[in-house]
Amino acid sequence: MPPDRNHNDSGLEAREVSKYFGDFPALKRVTLRIAAGECALIYGANGAGKTTLLRVLASLTEPSAGEIWLGGRKVDRRTVALKSRVGFVSHATFLYGDLTVEENLVLAAKLFGLSSVRSRVSAVIETFGLVDRARQSVRSLSRGLQQRATLARAMLHEPDFLLLDEPFTGLDSTAVASLEALLRRLPSQGKAVAFSTHNFAQGISIAHRLVAVERGRVSYDGPVASAPAEYSLRAPEAEVARS
Amino acid sequence: MRSLEIVWTLLVKDLRIEWRQRETLASVCIFGLLVVFLCDFAFEPAGAEALRLLPGVLWIAFVFAGILGFNRSFAAERENACLEGIRLAPVEPGLIYLAKLAANFVFLAVAEVVITFAAALWYNFSFFPAFKDFVTIVFFGTLGYVAVGVTFGAVAANTRMREVMLPVLQFPVAVPIFIGAIEATSGALKGAPPNLYWSWVRLLIAFAVIFAVLSFMLFEFVLEE
Amino acid sequence: MIQFSKMNRTSWTSVHALVTLLWILVALYLALIYAPTDVSQGNVYRIMYIHVPSGWTAFVAYLLVFLGSVGYLIRRSQTADDLACAAGEIGFIFCSCVLITGPLWAKPIWGIWWTWDPRLTLTFVLWLLFAGYLLVRGFFINPGRAALLSAVVGIVGFVDVPIDYMAIRWWRTQHPQPVIFGGPNSGLPFSMLLTLLVSFGAFLCLFFFLLRRRLSLLRMRRDLSHLRRELAED
Repeated sequence: MPPDRNHNDSGLEAREVSKYFGDFPALKRVTLRIAAGECALIYGANGAGKTTLLRVLASLTEPSAGEIWLGGRKVDRRTVALKSRVGFVSHATFLYGDLTVEENLVLAAKLFGLSSVRSRVSAVIETFGLVDRARQSVRSLSRGLQQRATLARAMLHEPDFLLLDEPFTGLDSTAVASLEALLRRLPSQGKAVAFSTHNFAQGISIAHRLVAVERGRVSYDGPVASAPAEYSLRAPEAEVARS
Repeated sequence: MRSLEIVWTLLVKDLRIEWRQRETLASVCIFGLLVVFLCDFAFEPAGAEALRLLPGVLWIAFVFAGILGFNRSFAAERENACLEGIRLAPVEPGLIYLAKLAANFVFLAVAEVVITFAAALWYNFSFFPAFKDFVTIVFFGTLGYVAVGVTFGAVAANTRMREVMLPVLQFPVAVPIFIGAIEATSGALKGAPPNLYWSWVRLLIAFAVIFAVLSFMLFEFVLEE
Repeated sequence: MIQFSKMNRTSWTSVHALVTLLWILVALYLALIYAPTDVSQGNVYRIMYIHVPSGWTAFVAYLLVFLGSVGYLIRRSQTADDLACAAGEIGFIFCSCVLITGPLWAKPIWGIWWTWDPRLTLTFVLWLLFAGYLLVRGFFINPGRAALLSAVVGIVGFVDVPIDYMAIRWWRTQHPQPVIFGGPNSGLPFSMLLTLLVSFGAFLCLFFFLLRRRLSLLRMRRDLSHLRRELAED
């Protein structure tokens, strides 16, 4: 596959991506590019298409139409190796309940083909404050601790593109603070981050870029600073009040 | 090399989970024993009649134990969408299939040992005279059965009523296994000359190879979303 | 002269319907009047002209399920998936027809409704494969994956048929010879063979007619859903 000359090689892009579940359109011709050094907040109401967008970018979901490009190459069945450049945190933890945190991480490290499995695993265990829990089975952990392990799993192979779907779910305030710090730090290390959250205020305090998704379309994509006021109005307080 | 390592890693993972939930394996074994036990009531075999019925009874027990195993194998993956977690890694889907094939083979083999032992006891039958042939037949019969079962287990995991859907898909396709394995087993246990039943063993081997290769190639479509 | 190039899909369908109807009438005439009464079976054997062509048509249908499935996996064309789906549904009906007419024929001739003879067994297995294929199509949780996974089921099932066939043949070697290609005693007289082939033609014609109707229904559904999608996008 020849590299695409028109685009910067370092981006993760969705080009004209649509995704239908039966007749239901989850994404409608979405074009989006996330480049190194960026931190984007994917924001939208429930069912707007945030999760599908992130899953399509992570190549977990095959788009019904359109293409995903990564580092100047079109992602398809032959580009399996590209997967190690992407990290993904989803609603599901991807962790085996019957294995310990450490075993789960060692498994993932081996699947990603890391050269120094042990040291990487102990490094992320340290980073995400799981040292005391490393030898406990995942099933015995609280949702918040499981979420930390999920984050550790996603960061294990030091992905260039980190995609996170509601990563703050279940975390306590300490963990939230350190995740926020991580998400702020990564772009300065040349990584790209895209995450979704329902807490708008928290989201824009971390991200520089806002991607608003409404009913399967990107309705705003630009700097957080120049986002129309309506987005902040719709956000968290209003939504909590409704639910 | 890396491919082998990945298959091995995934296989060890499956076996470790299997070991932590050994109640599952135990219940599948007990279920297999119950099948043999119920057949005893149904047919009241004695003497030569027992030898005629034994191969069929054994394979019915193996087949039902296998179905339980395939369903459970993908239940563990579904719990936290772990299969998706594996798909995020740079791993060829065919390797995931091979690891699942190996894990389910080991699982079913353990159940088969327990069932065969009980059947030998209850039917007062010694497997030793034809032991080598019996093991060969069970090995390839099980391999072919698991080769299809893993693929259909992964397909059925995406359907409603998956526990029913799996046998509905699996049994018609596995008909050659049933026929071949039962015929070969009864030939071997009766002490017939091997050339009389060896063509059945070849059928079992051909089935196992064809469906393992086919499933290996098709598995990426099974995992795709 | 009819201007064929100007005919639209509807009028082609009408032509197809007419040809099918005429062909069935010809086949009926041949089967009920032209073909001679069998020396040993009397008139009962005439059900063969329904039974055997249904079976062959079911095999053709299963071949189309396979081709459609492979086509879908390789090219991701919706038409290929539609073809597999339609052929599966209609093939199931023809296969059921074989299983119904078989015992009706067997009872007066063999004195029993059913025997696990290789061809009967294989037909039953084929019927089960069709049924499994259709059931799995109807039970997917996520419709987006239905085409993909049922294609896998269709391919595995199709590859299985010849192996089933061999296994079942070896299993029951004491069975009647195949009708046409068997030993010298089982050869059909020309008039019967002709009738059989004309009947097969009629069944194929009917099969492809039903297939077209089903395909066009599936296409309409798809068009409708595209329209819905476009409306949803505005």
